[in-house]
Formats: sequence, structure tokens, C-alpha cells
Amino acid sequence: MSIVAQNLVWGVKRKTIVSDVSLSVAPGETLGLIGPNGSGKSSLLRLLAGLRRPQSGRVAFNGQDIAKLPRRALARQCAFVQQSAASDTNMSVRDVVKLGRTPHRSALSAWSSADEAAVRDALTRVDMLGHAGQPWMTLSGGERQRVHIAKALAQEPTRMILDEPTNHLDIHHQIEILRLVRALEMTNIVALHDLNLAAMFCDRIVVLQGGSVHASGTPEEVLTEDLLQEIFRVRARVATSPYHGRPQIDFLPE
Amino acid sequence: MTPDGTRGAGLVLLLAGSISLLGIAVAVATSIGDFHIGLRTVFWSVTNGLGLTEIDIPKIEESVVWNLRLSRSLVAALAGAGLAICGAILQALLRNPLAEPFVLGVSAGASTGAVCVIVLGLGAGALSLSLGAFAGAFAAFGMVALLSNGATSGPNHTILAGVAASQLFNALTSYIVTTAGNAQQARDVMFWLLGSFGGVRWPDFHLLLIVVGLGLAVCLLLARSLDAFTFGDEDAAALGVPVGRIRLVLFGVTALVTATIVSMVGAIGFVGLVVPHAARFLIGPMHMRLIPASAIVGAVFMVVADIMSRVIVAQQTIPIGVVTALVGVPFFAIILYRARPQA
Repeated sequence: MSIVAQNLVWGVKRKTIVSDVSLSVAPGETLGLIGPNGSGKSSLLRLLAGLRRPQSGRVAFNGQDIAKLPRRALARQCAFVQQSAASDTNMSVRDVVKLGRTPHRSALSAWSSADEAAVRDALTRVDMLGHAGQPWMTLSGGERQRVHIAKALAQEPTRMILDEPTNHLDIHHQIEILRLVRALEMTNIVALHDLNLAAMFCDRIVVLQGGSVHASGTPEEVLTEDLLQEIFRVRARVATSPYHGRPQIDFLPE
Repeated sequence: MTPDGTRGAGLVLLLAGSISLLGIAVAVATSIGDFHIGLRTVFWSVTNGLGLTEIDIPKIEESVVWNLRLSRSLVAALAGAGLAICGAILQALLRNPLAEPFVLGVSAGASTGAVCVIVLGLGAGALSLSLGAFAGAFAAFGMVALLSNGATSGPNHTILAGVAASQLFNALTSYIVTTAGNAQQARDVMFWLLGSFGGVRWPDFHLLLIVVGLGLAVCLLLARSLDAFTFGDEDAAALGVPVGRIRLVLFGVTALVTATIVSMVGAIGFVGLVVPHAARFLIGPMHMRLIPASAIVGAVFMVVADIMSRVIVAQQTIPIGVVTALVGVPFFAIILYRARPQA
């Protein structure tokens, strides 16, 4: 279930967007990816999920180079959740989650009890079983994101890569989604903007700047006042939260 | 939640019902014409033609049914089915409700090819007209494929490439017609472009059966991959679909089917745009059901349109493209009205 990236380089035209990134995530770990806008988070996530081919370097799942895996096999090992993927479909919630079974089904195979169990389980875990028959268009933003995560869960992957899954959600749903992701017995990589949420829910954090890894380590090691000043250009005070024991960041207005 | 088993049984029933409907439409289409032939005679003519019976019926009527009308209405059914399938596929791949079989420039290319034959007199005869149209259609599709990097550059890029190719080939058509053509030729071209089932015979049916059958089979095999495109290319890739390859195969298949139909019966509009929407409204967006449903609705619609084209004005055949729009628009308006977002 490990994810290891070695010396990833990727860019468009002559602009390098990800330059020489190496990182490794241990089985069961949740890694937070933070960095300012344009630091290359989304591109890096797509390289890690195998959706783009790096110009050099490689990504390995359990030591196996993912460039050598067929797409279907890859999708059974790793799910990718975009930030608010849109569609004007009138599919039902259940049909959307069924899409998650695509990598497990052949062209004409019948719907199996294993498929059914995976879909029900996924819907239950995001607490959307009661909405299974509801049309996609009628869902709220938070519900849609939960359905996307259910679709990813229905793939029955051992790894999950999420690109700002909490964007546009209210604070209740942000916490709910991250708690859900963290509770999964999977290896997760999640890009986040909210640094306090990253501190609260991630085992380790990688800070990206200009396409390279600037720092990596536990939230306590990484989220320092100096780093926040240097990378995010904000003045802040960091303390240990008396409630959850993780770093708690207070941003200063001046 | 309905178990998939009982829903499957309902679907089989629906399929059987709609195929019978298609049978009835074809029978009526075969019975109607310059002179009326009773349905009983139609039935015996068909069984005689298939070699099942040897009933003695007037030879002329039998020949008209078997050699002229039946092949005509079966070609109409296949053309309707083929165009509707292509529309459904392209709407899914391009994620655009306005996509239709001619969005990749195929009809514009076909008309240029046909005009080259009609006006410039390249080759001669009906066969070379079809061949010219087919070559033109593929030239236009080739240009679109080239401009959109083998259709890998995303939906909007592909649509724009299609628009560019259509404009270019339409301009070429107009240029050739205005500089080289006379009034009669221009009229021929115009009539051909609007579509006609006149003159189709059994060999046309056999060719179309192979092409549309092949297209249907490929599309059904890839139906689940098409579903995975609901949330875009990247989501499809994340679900394990080889996006580039699937897209190229399906664009190729739709171009082949569309080009074959256009070269045979002209550029019949509207069917490929509207029928998939109607089918989606009836049966939902999942492609394993949507594709067969589009095929059947398209087939019935085209056969009915062919009947209308022959009965609206006595002793005269209205171009089929005119009828599909005249019949289809009010019908589509009802669907649009009923499916309007609830405010």
C-alpha cells in the first residue's frame, strides 16, 4: 500500500511545473500536501495517481513502477478524487457510485453481488445510502463531494489521492470529509488549503513551493512560524492545541 | 431499490415491444406509395421474397414491395438507427448536448465529395457519387483528427476543429457549385444534401447492415467506458478507462457509420441530435440501455419520416431532411417542455 515517488519532473512547453520531487508515504498513512497557489500541488497529485506521465522520474506502488501497469489495474489500486468534478447528468446517486465499479467489470459482465456490496458499503460510509435514488442534479455541493468519495470507495482501492476535496464546503462538511478519509484503512495523499485542517488530520505534511518539496515531516515539524512567513507570506503564531494536541495556527492581521 | 433482475425483464419486454413497433412502421411504409398495396400482400411478398412461401400474388405488386419499398424502408431504419447511435456517442464523448453526427465535419466533407462528382463529373454514375461522398467525408474527418491531435486535445478543441473543417468544406462546395454548376446541377446538389431514400436497393441495405451492425457492437462493448466519461476525461482515466484509445476508436466508428449513411442517402439532419435526447428522456443516461434505445427510436423515427415524406404532398416526395425537422421539432419541443428545470 505504499506510494513512493522518485525525482519526478513534469512541465508544459518549456515551463517546469514539478521539478525533482521525491516523497514516500507508508501504508495506512495520510499525507497532507500544502503550498501556495501555483506551487504544483494538482500536477504532482496527477503524476502520483498515474493520470499523467512524468517527463522523468517514477512513481511506485509497493515497489512496482506504475508506468508499467495497465490503466484498469491502476484504478483498482488507487482512486483519485478531483475537486468538485461537475456534470449536468441526470444520473441517480446510485448510478454515479456504480461508475466506481468500472475497473472491476468487463465489457459485458453482469452486475455481481460483490459489485452491489461495494456500492452499498461506499454509500453507507459517506452516509448517502438514503439518497441512493436521488438525481445528481438535486444534490448540494457537500453531498456531491461525498458521492464522489463514495464512487472512489466503490473502486475498493488501497490508496486514495484527493485534490482539495473540501473546496467549497462548509466547515461541518470539511471536517466530516477529512475525518472519513482519515478513518479509511488506506494510504492517502490529500492536497489542502486550510493549514489548521491539515495539521489536525494529516500524519505527515509535505510543503510544495515552485514545484519542489520545501519541507516535509510531522505537522509539528513543518508548520512553523518561519515557514508560514517564508512560503505563505503571512505572519502567524503557532501553538499546540489544548484540545487535540496538534499545532494550532493563529494568523495575524498585520 | 429495484433489483436489477426484474428491471432486466421489463427491459426485455420494452425491447420486444419497440421492435414490434418498428416492424409495424416498416410494414406501413411498405404498403404506402404511389399506389397502395394491402398489408396482406405486403406480408406474402416478404415471405415469398425470403423463400418461405410461394403464394400466388400479382407479380408487379410483389416486385414493388420486395425490390423497391422494403429495401428502402429497411435502409431508412438502419440510417435512423446509425445516426442516432452516433449522436449518442458524440454527445457523451464531447460532453456537449449539441453534438451530433455531423459535428466532426463529415457531412460537409461528404457534400464536397458529392459535388465534385455531380458538378465536376469526376467518375460517373451513382456508385461514384457515393464513393465521392465517402472520400470527402473521410477527408474532413482526417482534417479534424489532425487538428485535434488524434482527438486527444479535449472536447472543445475537437468541436472547434470540426467547425473549422465544416466551414472549409462548405465553402469549397459553394465555390464549386457557383463557379462550375448550372441551375439544374445546383438543384440536384441541394436535393441530394437534404437526403433521399429514392434509389436505394438491397446492396445498399447489406452494406449498411454490416456497417451499422459493427458500429452498434463496438459501441455496446464500450458502453461502460462511455458512462465513465460522465464527469470528464480525467475522471474516466481515474476509473481505469484508456481515454485516448477509446476516444479515437469511437470517433473512427462514428465517422465510418456517418460517412456510409451520408454517402448513401445524403446528410439527413436532426435525427442524430434529437433522438438521443428523446431516448435519454425515456430510458435514462446509462449507455448500455441508451445506445440500443437510441437505435430503435432512431429507426422508427426515420421510417415514419420516410412515410410522411411520401404522403404530405401527393405525387411528390419531400426531401427527408425537411420532414425529420418538421416532424421532429414539435415532438422535441414537448420533451424540452416536460424536462424543463423546475423553478
